[in-house]
Amino acid sequence: MTAATTAPADQEPEDRPTDGDPFDRDVLPTPPGATAALLRSLLAPLRARVSVTTLLLLLQQAVVQAGPLLVAYAIDRAVPAFRAGDHGPLVVVAAGYLACALAAGGLQFAFVAAAARVSQDVLLDLRGRIFRHAQALSVDFHERYTSGRLISRSTTDVESLRELLDEGLQELVTVILSFVYISAMLLWLDLGLGGVALASFVPLYALVRLYQRRAGRVYRARSTAIAAVIVKFVETMNGIRPVRAFRREAVNDADFAVLNQRHERTNGDALLEMARYVTGSRLVANTAVAAIVLWGAYRVADGTLALGVLAAAVLYLRRLYDPIDRLGMFLNSYQSAAASLEKIAGLLAQTPSVPEPSAPRQLPPAGEHPGREVVFDGVRFGYRTGGEVLPRFDLTIPAGQTVAVVGSTGAGKSTLAKLLARFYDPSDGRVLLDGVDLRDLAVPELRRAVVMVTQEAFLFSGTVAENIAVGRPDAGREEIERAAKEIGAHDFISALPDGYDTDVRKRGGRISAGQRQLVAFARALLADPAVLILDEATSSLDIPGERAVQRAMATVLKGRTAVVIAHRLSTVEIADRVLVMEQGKIVEDGEPAELVAGTGRFADLHRAWRDSLA
Amino acid sequence: MATTPAPAQNRSSVRTLLRLWPYVRPVRARLFTAAFVAILASCVGLVIPLVLKWLVDGPVADRDPAGVGLGALYLLLLGFAEALLFGLRRWLVARPLSHVEASMRAALYRRLQRLPVAFHDRWASGQLLSRGTTDLMLLRMFLAFPLTFLLVNGVTIVVGVVIMLLQDWTLGLVILGPAVPVMVTCVIFEKRYAEVARLAQDQVGDLTTVVEESVLGIRVIKGFGRHRNQARAFSDLSGTLRGTELRKARLLATIWGVIVTLPEVAIGAALVVGVVQVADGGLSAGTLVAFLSTALALRWPVESIGFLLAMSQEAATATERYFEVMDEDVEEAGAAAAAEGSRSAGRNGWARTAARSIVATEPGERGLRFDDVRFRYPDAPPGSPPVLDGVDLHIRPGESMALVGATGSGKTTLTALIPRLYELTSGRITLDGVDITALSAQDLRAKVAVAFEEPTLFSAPVGDNVLMGAQDTAGPADLERALSVAQAGFVYALPQGTDTQVGEQGLSLSGGQRQRLALARAVVGQPEFLVLDDPLSALDVRTEAAVEAALRHVLADTTALIVAHRPSTVLLADRVALLSGGRIAAVGTHHELLRTSAEYAHLMSADRSGKEEGAR
Repeated sequence: MTAATTAPADQEPEDRPTDGDPFDRDVLPTPPGATAALLRSLLAPLRARVSVTTLLLLLQQAVVQAGPLLVAYAIDRAVPAFRAGDHGPLVVVAAGYLACALAAGGLQFAFVAAAARVSQDVLLDLRGRIFRHAQALSVDFHERYTSGRLISRSTTDVESLRELLDEGLQELVTVILSFVYISAMLLWLDLGLGGVALASFVPLYALVRLYQRRAGRVYRARSTAIAAVIVKFVETMNGIRPVRAFRREAVNDADFAVLNQRHERTNGDALLEMARYVTGSRLVANTAVAAIVLWGAYRVADGTLALGVLAAAVLYLRRLYDPIDRLGMFLNSYQSAAASLEKIAGLLAQTPSVPEPSAPRQLPPAGEHPGREVVFDGVRFGYRTGGEVLPRFDLTIPAGQTVAVVGSTGAGKSTLAKLLARFYDPSDGRVLLDGVDLRDLAVPELRRAVVMVTQEAFLFSGTVAENIAVGRPDAGREEIERAAKEIGAHDFISALPDGYDTDVRKRGGRISAGQRQLVAFARALLADPAVLILDEATSSLDIPGERAVQRAMATVLKGRTAVVIAHRLSTVEIADRVLVMEQGKIVEDGEPAELVAGTGRFADLHRAWRDSLA
Repeated sequence: MATTPAPAQNRSSVRTLLRLWPYVRPVRARLFTAAFVAILASCVGLVIPLVLKWLVDGPVADRDPAGVGLGALYLLLLGFAEALLFGLRRWLVARPLSHVEASMRAALYRRLQRLPVAFHDRWASGQLLSRGTTDLMLLRMFLAFPLTFLLVNGVTIVVGVVIMLLQDWTLGLVILGPAVPVMVTCVIFEKRYAEVARLAQDQVGDLTTVVEESVLGIRVIKGFGRHRNQARAFSDLSGTLRGTELRKARLLATIWGVIVTLPEVAIGAALVVGVVQVADGGLSAGTLVAFLSTALALRWPVESIGFLLAMSQEAATATERYFEVMDEDVEEAGAAAAAEGSRSAGRNGWARTAARSIVATEPGERGLRFDDVRFRYPDAPPGSPPVLDGVDLHIRPGESMALVGATGSGKTTLTALIPRLYELTSGRITLDGVDITALSAQDLRAKVAVAFEEPTLFSAPVGDNVLMGAQDTAGPADLERALSVAQAGFVYALPQGTDTQVGEQGLSLSGGQRQRLALARAVVGQPEFLVLDDPLSALDVRTEAAVEAALRHVLADTTALIVAHRPSTVLLADRVALLSGGRIAAVGTHHELLRTSAEYAHLMSADRSGKEEGAR
């Protein structure tokens, strides 16, 4: 048992090089009490409705529990009264029971409906929080956390909270209510019998605690295990083409089997814990029933207890322990939900490494150019994996200038772009836009001003028009089409089955990489930013496509500040200025013609490129 | 009256659930034993009130201490038996049911990996994932509870009713009164619930898709500051889901209301009748207590039927969703079906292929050959023109052919046909004279290596990512060679060298780095046929030149098709084919085509425009 749950954790360091990283083990640090605080904060706004729901349940239980009381009354009073010709008590019993039955049904209906509202509102809130928080977290977080885990958090983990709310909470309230109510009834019927019944709660409580401890461990392991399964699943489905082409099916089956079996084992462990609990609690309960009956029977024989009281007590007793299984179910869903909430709380506790400013500043009004000045002021930057990518970097790009950045892989070109787009914040120094630190700009302001188009032109499911409108959601169809025309994407979009209304389906499966990049460019045109960053954004375009982009930059985007990272020196030639980067430093800086004429690295590169054109 | 449609509906749900049998079969012995044990436990639970009755009517009434002691002892023994049986039932199914869930998930994953790529184009992966997770969990829960307890509670109710009838048949009949209305309600409820449950499950799948896209597209969302729009889309969908769930809950609340009220009314009626009978002396007080005790004991089994049916319904829906995927034809079967489609042609083709494979050495047949290849996506709207409309192309053995065409002309589609990621609509592709449909997918893909436009790396060490392109026998020497061809020496500088974990769960590499690894993966197995889809697009000029130099050696004796956008890449190849209007419009060397084809010159004319720009 213990071996099984700790084994995966022990294996981790062997499988993974970075054993200390909580990301690799899918256990983000959770501040103490965060799980409970999360649950509280989810329920707090619904306090009134939770109270009403609980009240409905209380009433329902009260009505249901009245049954045996009426039975006792009927046997002890109505029978003798009926024999004596007094039908009154019997009528009371009949009317009482009928009223109870109707009330029980009606209240049950009201309760289930009300409880569902509470539960669904909590889930809506939680799903939204996870989603919004994940969206607010910075790009470097997503690079480490994987989409599979995030999906797991917002599906299976939310699902286990749902089970707790839908069934668990009802179980808990029912259980507590019937314990309290029946114990009270028993005590009222007979102090001695009630006392014995209460005493039986002591071992039951111990059992519950034991179960909680053990199950908590198992459920945490299970939640991690299913997340690992999901990560593998998602990765395979998203890479189905290479999976196929490189015949990875069998290897994947084997890898998946390992993860799947780990989940199977933890799942089985969880069910076995439950089996142990159920057996133990039933044993205690049934022993208590036998003891109480024995004692009660002796007292009836003694004449110190009325037969009707014993009969009612016996009926209550059976009911007293009936909810024990349901308590088990509650604990079950509670443990499962707690493990999931802990993971969700861990996710929600992550603070964006690129936080929104508390007191945002405005950009000064735009000058004669639509572009803005960009300054890197003593910027340093290093990734978490270590190694400084940019060691102290200074750069000023005047408003309206088009700067091409070239250099080999790892020279820090993309880092430069990501810092300017504020996907990351510098570890030291400032990036200024018209003199304002990017960290002081509110996100909408920043994104209106700075737009980055990357090589991976991701398309969302939806129509082509919707995908272009990502650049500016309030744009009309006309503006969307104009943007597409300017970038040379209109022709292929019109040729699609439904034109602009064609659904790109899954990750734009039917739209080629080059066409996707054109759509991404149309987005950028539509966004009409002051500063445009192109990070390898033309890599899949053919030459006519690239020319269209260059035309658009020379016309539509004229006057914008632009930073172009490209391997194709054709793009570089429209630049006002070229920066050659090496190991995080600018090694050459000048006008293209000037550099080409020189003897530096750019001149070499340019010659190589010329040759490649043959 | 209402019974006519009911059994049909019932049967179809039941029939759906019966499809689970192959997965349940291996654990059937334990499952049946568990159900039997559960019935036994319930019977014990029902016997306990009888012992109580005997105790009250006998020893207690007679003031017989020994009898009371004996009765209590019986109670204790029965209680122990009940507890142990409860535990035994759970113990019996704990591991087997987890196993059923796991094996169904493994089967789904297996199947999904082998379904045609066209299937994956159609299905959002969120929908697939929700089938593999929440749906299967629902099924495990169904096998654990509703399945057993519908049976157990059914038997409990029948036994309980028999006991009650034996005790006093009039009271028994009174109790049975609400059975018919309850059943009618259940049937109506089940039908409505099924629809809403299905809707809810599908909406969960859609929600999963949005979550996934919002992570995969995070850079776009951040880049344009669109997280609020994305959040709005998400909250709209989750709001819709909430609405569906509330509809589901209302249905459930209704059935609960009915199922709680009616039996309780019956018990009340039985109590009144019982009191009258006891007063008349026709019934002993003990019998009435035992009778009511039994009736109350049956309350939970009866009440539970509502939610057990609901869970079963959800399980049926989950099964339906699961088999929607499992019933899809896997790739091989799809190929056979496609061949069957043009039956006579297919047969002839087969015969020809067989004949040809014998004389495969015939020079005109060797190499990679496209013969009147037509292709349209299986899900393309009817009437739309095919993507490829009669492609004829012959790449001679050892020759490398560049494929050039305007954006969206179908170049990538054409390359995807060679490893049979999609099936041809008509025509043939042959490798050394052998029709690709005559080869098993495994053999075909061992012969043909592909570097995709989008270089996907898997969560595995860098070295493994490259070596997956080779046979299992490939070793470090092959890896080293492939990495040097692709100029991927940066790998050795990674924190753990070739053992560095990359992919989604590892180090993220730049587009150029990933592309070089994808290229290394394509060449590592020294394949007979190499398909490269724009393999150098993300490389800087100097790396590109180095890769080209190294690739030339590889391409010298490999039959290759290279999708190209740039003159530099085109020049890697011996000849160029221009794809236009779904056909090969021209074949020749780069310089020939520059002269003879206006379209080609347009596509490759960076030279001129470059000069213009440079001259400024």
